[in-house]
Amino acid sequence: MRNLIAFIRKYSFFFLFLAVEVLAFYLLFRNNHFQRSSFLNYTNEVTGGFYTKYSNFKDYVHLAEVNEALSEENKRLRGRQIQSFERLFGENIYVRDTIFRRKYLYTKAKVLNNSITHQNNYLTLSVGTKNGIERGMGVIGPNGVVGVIKNVSDHYASVVSVLHREAKISVKLKTSQYFGSMQWNGVNYRNTQLIDIPNHVELLKGDTVVTSGYSSIFPEGLSTAVIQSVKVVEGENFYDIEMELLSDFKQLSYVYIVKSNSLIELQEIEANREGQDD
Amino acid sequence: MIKKIFTYPLHFVIFVLIQSLVLNNIQLWGTANPYLYILFILWLPIETNKALVIGIAFLLGLSIDLFTDTVGMHASASVFLAFVRPYVLNALAPRDGYEINIPPTSSGLGWFWFLRYAAIGVFLHHFFLFFVEVFRFSEFFDTMGRILTSTAFSLVLIALAQIFNSNVEEK
Repeated sequence: MRNLIAFIRKYSFFFLFLAVEVLAFYLLFRNNHFQRSSFLNYTNEVTGGFYTKYSNFKDYVHLAEVNEALSEENKRLRGRQIQSFERLFGENIYVRDTIFRRKYLYTKAKVLNNSITHQNNYLTLSVGTKNGIERGMGVIGPNGVVGVIKNVSDHYASVVSVLHREAKISVKLKTSQYFGSMQWNGVNYRNTQLIDIPNHVELLKGDTVVTSGYSSIFPEGLSTAVIQSVKVVEGENFYDIEMELLSDFKQLSYVYIVKSNSLIELQEIEANREGQDD
Repeated sequence: MIKKIFTYPLHFVIFVLIQSLVLNNIQLWGTANPYLYILFILWLPIETNKALVIGIAFLLGLSIDLFTDTVGMHASASVFLAFVRPYVLNALAPRDGYEINIPPTSSGLGWFWFLRYAAIGVFLHHFFLFFVEVFRFSEFFDTMGRILTSTAFSLVLIALAQIFNSNVEEK
């Protein structure tokens, strides 16, 4: 301690200089925009580099969960492959299948950027117009709806997440087929809200909510959320329904973009119908 | 002695006014800015308390800053000059040290001594000031050029001020 005091006394002039200089720089940063922003830019660069390293590390640590989700999905898709179906008719019976037409095409994409903490969240995907991606296409993840493509550049696409206060997704109850809209209230990224379900519908906690397919952006029947709590609001005709999202947006890594073959046709005919009403 | 107590505050005000109202509006070749006000720090008596010089330099720089709206910039550079001044004085000391009550001016220690003293002081001050102003080292040589032209410009003005002051003192 005595040594320390002796040290400070010996260099007291230098410490005084340092103290006054710190005061001067404090004033400088407080009052001068340019120097402050330079200083902040520099610190941003440092923290930005740190964040990149951290995110790389996080990606690595989460590999197990990503693999799990992917293999789960593979399992489901394998179940839908032609090899998993048995031929019903004898070999001498020829069935020409003209009933089915391909309605949806999928493109896979890596999530480059994702936010869940804002009121209006967006994702950035590693595909763009060069991959045939267009504005308005749906984006789904391993566990349901993720969002809708908003802007597309040559190689990237930005997605309005389900966790966006303006994003409305048409959904229905898997069991009773009543339809409503899924819209996020901006509070918790694991939960979303179901609106426009009338009071007389019987609801149970744990009911699955699936995509309705009405908008043709998403295929019908895609499980997206589970009802968590139902509240009847006095004097309202519709329930207040809290749902838990099946997909954890915090760990989305790979998503699929849905290209609908009938979307334009549907939109055209629906626009026509509205025109004739007038 | 009484005279000194009055002359220094008066000098302080005069230097601040000349710097802010006249010299800050002069820019040679678009880049060189003369800073005469630091002559006040250079002229302080050699035996002045070092800590006091730092305090005075801070106030002086801050006064200039208030006029140019760059609070902290000139203050930090002036404080730096006040910090290095004792070392510069030491380095330039005559073999048998400074005599008591000799002012660090041309009339006290001669033109050769004074110009070396002023050149080192001005350069260090300008070096610090200009780098704080641009706040990056990426255009090092551009900044260096500005520092050198401004140093030359300031030195000419300081020499003129010294001549003017010696004449006043003689009368």
